[in-house]
Formats: sequence, C-alpha cells, structure tokens
Amino acid sequence: MITLNHYLVLAAILFSISLVGILRRKNLLMLFFATEIALNAVNIALAAFSKFYHDLTGQLFAFFIIAIAASEVAVGLGLLIIWYKRTGNIDLDTLQSMNG
Amino acid sequence: MYETIAFYLFAALTIVMFTITVMSRNALYAMTSLAAGMIFISAFFFLLDADFLGVVQIIVYSGAVMAVYAFAMIFMDTLRDVKEKNPSKKIVFFLSGMVALLLVIILLTPLISEKVQALYPFSDEVGNAEAVGIVLFTKYLVPFEVAAIMLLVAMIAGIILASKRMDESITLKIDQEIEEELQKGKR
Repeated sequence: MITLNHYLVLAAILFSISLVGILRRKNLLMLFFATEIALNAVNIALAAFSKFYHDLTGQLFAFFIIAIAASEVAVGLGLLIIWYKRTGNIDLDTLQSMNG
Repeated sequence: MYETIAFYLFAALTIVMFTITVMSRNALYAMTSLAAGMIFISAFFFLLDADFLGVVQIIVYSGAVMAVYAFAMIFMDTLRDVKEKNPSKKIVFFLSGMVALLLVIILLTPLISEKVQALYPFSDEVGNAEAVGIVLFTKYLVPFEVAAIMLLVAMIAGIILASKRMDESITLKIDQEIEEELQKGKR
C-alpha cells in the first residue's frame, strides 16, 4: 500500500536531484532545467497532501505554482536570449560584470 | 496492487530521467529527458486522483514550457557539449546532502503533529475538475485573477525581450559587429 510517506520521500529525492543540479551547473539554461525539477517535486508533495488529507488546497497551490513556473520561464528565457546575443555564452561566471 | 506497481515504476522512471537532466553535458539531451520526466510526473497526479492537475501538467509543462525552451535553444549551439568548470565536487555533494537532510526533516514535521485539518474537503458527488473549479472560483478567486495578470505581464515581457532585433541573424555575426551596432544605437 502506498502511503503519504512514499510520495514525500519521492518528492524529497527529486528535490535533492534538482539541488545537485543547481549547485553543480554553471550553464544558465541547465540551471533553469534544475529549477523546473524542483518545482515539480514540490507539486508532487502538494498533490499527495491533498489526497491523503482530503483537502483541495494542495491541488490549487500546485496550479498556482505551475502558473508561476510558466511566467518565470517566459521572462527568464527572454533575458537569457538577450544575454546570449550580447556576450555569446550563458556561463554564470561571465555574468559577474559588477565586481569591484 | 496495481497502484503499488505503477508508483514504483513511475518513481524509478522519473528519478532516472531527472538524473539524466542534471548530469548530462548536452543541452538537447537534458531538455528531452526533462520533457519525458514531466510526463511521468503527471502519472503521479493521476494516481493521486488529481485528474485535472495531471492534464494541466501535460499541457502546460510538456507542451508550453518545453516548447518555449525549444525555441530558446534555436539561438544556441545545442550539439556542442556544455563547457563548465567545477572547482570542487566535495563541497557540492556535501552541501546538497545537508540541504536534502534538512528537507526531509521539514517534510516529516507535519506528519508528527496530527493537527492538520481539511479546509476544503472533497465531496464524492462531483468529479475532481468540478470540485477544483468550485473552490478556485469561490475561495481563490482573487489569487486566480492576480495569476492571470501575472501571466499577461510575463507574456508581454517575454515578447518584448526576445523580439528585439529579431530581423537580423545573430548566429552568423561576430560579437564585435553587434557591439559596434549597439554603440551606434546609443548615439
């Protein structure tokens, strides 16, 4: 029988995978991918809470998270394209233009 | 029984796909495995009786977000390996392990306390999509409208940011020419 703990452990595993990605990636596009994984892991946890506590709030929170993720991707990729046009690469180390 | 099999199957598939996304050196492989993982995640939503959320997951994530990523990757050389320099792997694994441990503790805390109560309980008379609609358009109407405005703002921002100087090829031009044109534009 699958319980709430199973889903929470799965969500935690996926979230830690995305954390590894966020910490080890230097490419900005790959960093966006890792962020998407983190948002999805949280969505799984919220849907699981929604089912096992018989409450719809978790699902609605997941909907708002999806909306936020969609707008984040639109704005973030617009900025990323502009940066790529200006400099030719999207490495995080080249973004330090304000070091004094 | 079938639920158990489906859970473990999709859990293994999702973890493998997202590990490929995180570890791959090729941006195209990473994006493809990310799209596959998104579809496998929607299977969990169907298992959890959140049918509408599963459909939205497939449409928005695997459809819209992945399409936006694919469009953004037009501008970049995707077949070349991503070059990254990682100064220390030990620090990365130590930090992510510690944060994951903290996350497990945070997630297990509400299970220990038994005071969680349902604010908007399920009713068996209506289906999942109907129930979501009823709660969304009564209790969460204002956040819903704010989210709509946020999506509009994000759409306008994305169009304006990405469509600047769209009429000329940027991949065939060297950086110096672009910089010179930018300098001209400022004057």
